[in-house]
Amino acid sequence: MIEVKDVYFTYPNGVEALRGLSLMIQDGEFVAIMGQNGAGKTTLVKHFNGLLKATRGEVMVDGVSTREVSVASLARKVGFVFQNPDHQLFCETVEEEVAFALRNFGFKENAIKRRVTWALSLLGLTQYRQTSPFMLSGGERKRVALASVLAWNPKVVILDEPTIGQDYQQKEKLRQFIVQLNAQGKTVIIVTHDVEFVAECNPRVVLMAQGKTVADGVAKKILTNYDVVARASIVPPQIAQIFLGLEDLGLPTDLIDVYEARRILLNSLGVSP
Amino acid sequence: MSVFEGFRFRRVSSPIHQLDPRVKFFYVCVMFVIAVMFNKLLPLILLFFVQMPFVWMADVQREWVRSMRGALMFAFIIFLFNFVFQYFYTEYPQLPSITLIEYSLSMTLRFIVLVESFSVFFLTTSPDHLGLALEQSRVPYEFCFAFTTAVRFVPVLAEEAQTIMDAQKARGLELERGNFMKRVRNYIPILIPLIVSAIRRSLELAEAMESRAWGASEKRTNLYVLKPKRPDYALALVSVLMLILAIYAWRFLPIPSLTTFLSF
Repeated sequence: MIEVKDVYFTYPNGVEALRGLSLMIQDGEFVAIMGQNGAGKTTLVKHFNGLLKATRGEVMVDGVSTREVSVASLARKVGFVFQNPDHQLFCETVEEEVAFALRNFGFKENAIKRRVTWALSLLGLTQYRQTSPFMLSGGERKRVALASVLAWNPKVVILDEPTIGQDYQQKEKLRQFIVQLNAQGKTVIIVTHDVEFVAECNPRVVLMAQGKTVADGVAKKILTNYDVVARASIVPPQIAQIFLGLEDLGLPTDLIDVYEARRILLNSLGVSP
Repeated sequence: MSVFEGFRFRRVSSPIHQLDPRVKFFYVCVMFVIAVMFNKLLPLILLFFVQMPFVWMADVQREWVRSMRGALMFAFIIFLFNFVFQYFYTEYPQLPSITLIEYSLSMTLRFIVLVESFSVFFLTTSPDHLGLALEQSRVPYEFCFAFTTAVRFVPVLAEEAQTIMDAQKARGLELERGNFMKRVRNYIPILIPLIVSAIRRSLELAEAMESRAWGASEKRTNLYVLKPKRPDYALALVSVLMLILAIYAWRFLPIPSLTTFLSF
């Protein structure tokens, strides 16, 4: 469980990124943190594994203040996949890359082997085991970065902008993968701008603007509320826009799921699906 | 890294910011020469305070203080080196003399004066201005461009290094752990991504430059042209006078040392 209690954070250069933000994330939740550029999304999630410490207020992970423990020991619990895989890849082979964190955490050699094999097959990277990560494509590098975090099986997985630069098919795979992780009981937190991606995942949505939360709730309710969404400089997903436009036909306006939308439309036309 | 903070330009306007960078550079060089000329405490203390009005006029006290604070550690090392080595070479069995202490202190102060003047220069001169000054001093444009680009990318690289450090820490890397060699090796996971991305970025920059017709015309023109104004001439004059005064003092005036003060 992650508790954020009235957190303020100011960067050394004087930029106030978080201004009195409170949030509670239960175990096993799937949360999307959304908001415009500079709203403080990445700053917030960097507090979850102790990379940043609150200037005022407190962040607790499983009841322990992040101030009291090192990043390394928090990282064991909270895995953080950075936006740009090029910021972390440095080994000669993909295998070494995935094993890097395991070695840092002091896993035994045979456990490392087993976990690397598991993580690589989980993300379909087995064939690249001996390849240099620098030879891979952008999407593959992103998957290596993800594998290198999942390898130590953290309880919480944070993904910063996971959909950037991914084609539709990769996104769909990623979505299924995230849903699967969440189904296995992991807390999954994604930071993203991608409204359509969030609409398809249907997680809990935390909207941020100017270092504060402006809305918090299920995606279906938040993303279909024009006022709230506009405050975070986000456009509602396409399905929601259509149904907001069709309000006068007596159709529900809180829809973001394509299949549900289809069923309701067909029903209203009197056609049985 | 707070020393470098004191060298980073901030876009504010003040009489000092508007000075011609060439004149400012001349002033810094004069300061440099004077600081190297003397190895007694008194003139260096004077030199330290002479520059204070510049800091105030430029309104960069906060950044300047920060860079001075950052320089303190280096200053301390310089003091220690000078003192320890000189002491063991010359006076070892006896107690260290006042002259030796003064000498070490002056060396330290000389360093601080140099940092002070360079810090004021870089705090008040925008990289664009600097490039322009280089260009108009007939330095080949390729060199000017390389220089301004290098300056321009320092903060970008610093930010990137921070992100990379965060990313590796999130994978359990502990930079401060282990003996000396282990600590050095801990930086490999940070240096490799940093270097790789710097190379990538430079290739991208080269492509972007070529697509914007880099080097298409032999003679480049500039939107802004540096023209020395009255304050520039004034500063140049002040610098020259200071230099003459310093040479005169160095040549003909007896500079009192710490021992003369103590014997009063």
